Amino acid sequence: MQRLNKIFFAFLLALLPMMAMAQIDGEVIKPRAGKFLLKNATVVTITKGVLTNTSVLVEDGKIKEVGANISADGAEVIDCTGKFIYPGMIDGGTKLGLVEINSVAETVDYAEIGNFTPNMQALTTVNPNSVAIPVTRVSGVTTVLAVPSGGLFPGTAALINLNGYTPDQMYAGFKAIVMSFPSSGRRGRFDRRSDDDIKKANEKALKEANELWDNAVSYAAMSANGAELEYYPEMAQLAKATTGELPLLIEVNAASDIQAAIKWVEGKDAKVIFSGVSEGWRVADEIAKAGIPVVTGPIQALPTRDSDRYDTPYANAGKMAKAGVKVAIRTDGQENVRNLPFFAAFAAAYGMGKEEAWKAVTINTAEIFGVADKYGSVEAGKVANLIVADGDPFETRTNIMHVFIDGYRMPLSNRQIRLYQEFLDRSPGLKIN
Amino acid sequence: MKSNMTHATKRRMIISYVRFHVALKSNCKHMKKVNYFLAVLLGLSIQFASAQVKKGSVLIKNATVLTVTKGTLENSDVLVQDGIIKKVGQNLSAPSGVQTIDATGKYVMPGIIDAHSHLGLDVVNEATSPIVAEVRMKDMVNPYEVGIYRALAGGVTISHAMHGSANVIGGQNATLKHRWGSTDPADIIMQDAPRTIKFALGENPTRVHGRGNGIQPRTRMGVEAVLRNGFNEAIQYKKAWSEYNAAASQKNSTALPPVHNERLQVLSDIIDGKIIIHCHSYRADEIYMLINVARDFGITKLVFQHTNEGFKVAPEIAEYTMGASVFADWWAYKMEVYYSTAYNAAILTANGAITSINSDDAELIRHLYHEAAKTQRYGGMTDDQALSMITINPAKQLGIADKVGSIEEGKQADLVIFEGHPLSSYTIPQMTFVDGVKYFDIKEDANDQRLKVSATEMVEPIMIFEGHDSRCMQDTESLFETTEALFNLNH
Repeated sequence: MQRLNKIFFAFLLALLPMMAMAQIDGEVIKPRAGKFLLKNATVVTITKGVLTNTSVLVEDGKIKEVGANISADGAEVIDCTGKFIYPGMIDGGTKLGLVEINSVAETVDYAEIGNFTPNMQALTTVNPNSVAIPVTRVSGVTTVLAVPSGGLFPGTAALINLNGYTPDQMYAGFKAIVMSFPSSGRRGRFDRRSDDDIKKANEKALKEANELWDNAVSYAAMSANGAELEYYPEMAQLAKATTGELPLLIEVNAASDIQAAIKWVEGKDAKVIFSGVSEGWRVADEIAKAGIPVVTGPIQALPTRDSDRYDTPYANAGKMAKAGVKVAIRTDGQENVRNLPFFAAFAAAYGMGKEEAWKAVTINTAEIFGVADKYGSVEAGKVANLIVADGDPFETRTNIMHVFIDGYRMPLSNRQIRLYQEFLDRSPGLKIN
Repeated sequence: MKSNMTHATKRRMIISYVRFHVALKSNCKHMKKVNYFLAVLLGLSIQFASAQVKKGSVLIKNATVLTVTKGTLENSDVLVQDGIIKKVGQNLSAPSGVQTIDATGKYVMPGIIDAHSHLGLDVVNEATSPIVAEVRMKDMVNPYEVGIYRALAGGVTISHAMHGSANVIGGQNATLKHRWGSTDPADIIMQDAPRTIKFALGENPTRVHGRGNGIQPRTRMGVEAVLRNGFNEAIQYKKAWSEYNAAASQKNSTALPPVHNERLQVLSDIIDGKIIIHCHSYRADEIYMLINVARDFGITKLVFQHTNEGFKVAPEIAEYTMGASVFADWWAYKMEVYYSTAYNAAILTANGAITSINSDDAELIRHLYHEAAKTQRYGGMTDDQALSMITINPAKQLGIADKVGSIEEGKQADLVIFEGHPLSSYTIPQMTFVDGVKYFDIKEDANDQRLKVSATEMVEPIMIFEGHDSRCMQDTESLFETTEALFNLNH
């Protein structure tokens, strides 16, 4: 028992920074707005280099100032000596908030019935109170793209900040219509269709996509000419992709499918982003030539083919970046979006480099989504999505000390941490008395 | 040797036996003798061959040696001879003919051990009955699976190839040594590892049997009943045999032996402590139930697998079992793992339970060093504590800690060399050794590592995995309306 106490004590010591934070927030569990001066940190701005002995002033939800001698002027001062400030990380593709428990159908809201449902709005179904959201943001991920999936045009994705009690409060200013490009790949071991069946299904799907697209182009043209059109919400939504009013996020993975998608996109007025892109490294030059930006991941994934080198999924993002593709990283996760920084670390180690990997979870993602004026770097005027850490946030041993979203200081607690606090030294222990 | 004879060896012996009979029927007297001789020789040579796995010698110089059990040694050498760690120290020199590897600036750690895997198995679930203790995964080992090589590329030298979780008492597992390149299943089985068996509680067995087939168990109460009924039947079976043995030893005995029942024999072996239970479990209540059942039947060789709510009954797990093997951070993929915490491993460790981090997944097994490192984010584990969870602790749970799991003189030379500390997110495994033989070297890593190419596949399939590649419930597809529904209910 004494040994156990010793171990417990050692634990408490090791965890002191985190526990201290948790205690502060244990009293105040709400996100807290205010004026904050994050004083004397090393600021990794992403876009303007690394600034030592620099402070960041947060006011009215924005980064007011980044500099050496900022006066507190009534701001709550947080001493960040020896600490690092980074922009909040952005995950370019998740199901976060769209599902609570994957095996419980009643909680699965990312896949509507039907092949053509582009008007299904991810933003409508985002659950601001999902238990997974606070579990995610303590890792420094502050913003994610919530993506519906399922059919050919399964819905409209929405970028959300992990703060707020209504979807509109969370909305971060970017939507895209999702397309699942007909896939020649298999979805896993259970997918036992013959090669021929897959080929036929793809030809049928592509034919359908072409017909829908052509109709949407006509719909948009007629609508622009002031024609009175029948109520057709699916077509009205897809029409926005044909004119570029909303970007088209195309999920595509196998090399031949990527090539087919590049060809399919040619001559269309759509603003196209590729997502997934597991085999992008095979055709990286072609993607770069087409000038299509990519949101790739999960990085910690199996190679798509048995004959592939074991590290192809780790190296994929780096290889595309080297070929000149603008690359952002996604987890494609739901409950474990918190692993985004570790996915980025793997990409960095296997050829991408740390600097480019950081861009792939911050500024590149913001630029691809057209929100770089607000997110993706530590610069005056941008939204105050910030993390303060005692080291490199990509390393598991690093502690994330503070997270700010929209200038709110977020509580660094969640259900997983509360369970830890209750059960680390359970009372009663083995015996009740 | 004989008791460890595997499927392949037996099959070959049967082949030679058949050949021998064919020869007998050839009606040629002298040919008969020659064939008899050849058949015996063939049988013997194959038996002999399967007992001889490759063993290597190597000297790794100037590394940071993470022994796990004896601290961290800077600028140190590890000398391996004939597959055994001969010496750990400084300024060691290589005996003639032994290759030296300069590992200056690199880290050496024991081969990673995954206590929960389904790699290298042709079949995972025999889902036909709530108890199928008689089936054995060692009869299903597939040494061709490229996933074994990929695990080696992540530093994993031993995996526990488990039966699936469709049954309350599943089949017997096999402990594999990743001797990639051998095409004989016998060569990748760790023949000196003790027997282990899979149990499963909660959603999976109740779904397959209660909801799938309309038989007990449909609830966690039923799971307990299946366990207690099974063990009581095994006690009766044991009793019948001991009564028969006592009677048969009498003079002029006319006693008839009871009918042999392999299923009950295996359950008897569990009660007798000859087999370690590895139980798929999630919720605290079911974990506590099995602890009580085990205590009632005097069973102490018990390890919990997954154990997502193990943290809630950590003192009980520490007191009565061989600990828990858990995911670093998986949760919320099904109802029974909703109330999880990534701090599970840290809480279990703090309470004194032997704790390991496992994969149960062909992808996750590729970076267990990184999964172990997550215990530093979630619970502030020390380097040695974190590394123990993928080396000596799983070795203890598999009953092989006297042979592997740390860098100590006399142990089997399963070793990994890393560029960068293995608990850093940026680390990259460089070389992996099993029994002193190098099976992975990043510098010699060719593109295509397959041992064979399927003759029936016209085009190599492309897998776009939409989630975890787990096989806990593989081979139970026919019981469900759609396989996709099953896919969502994995682990």
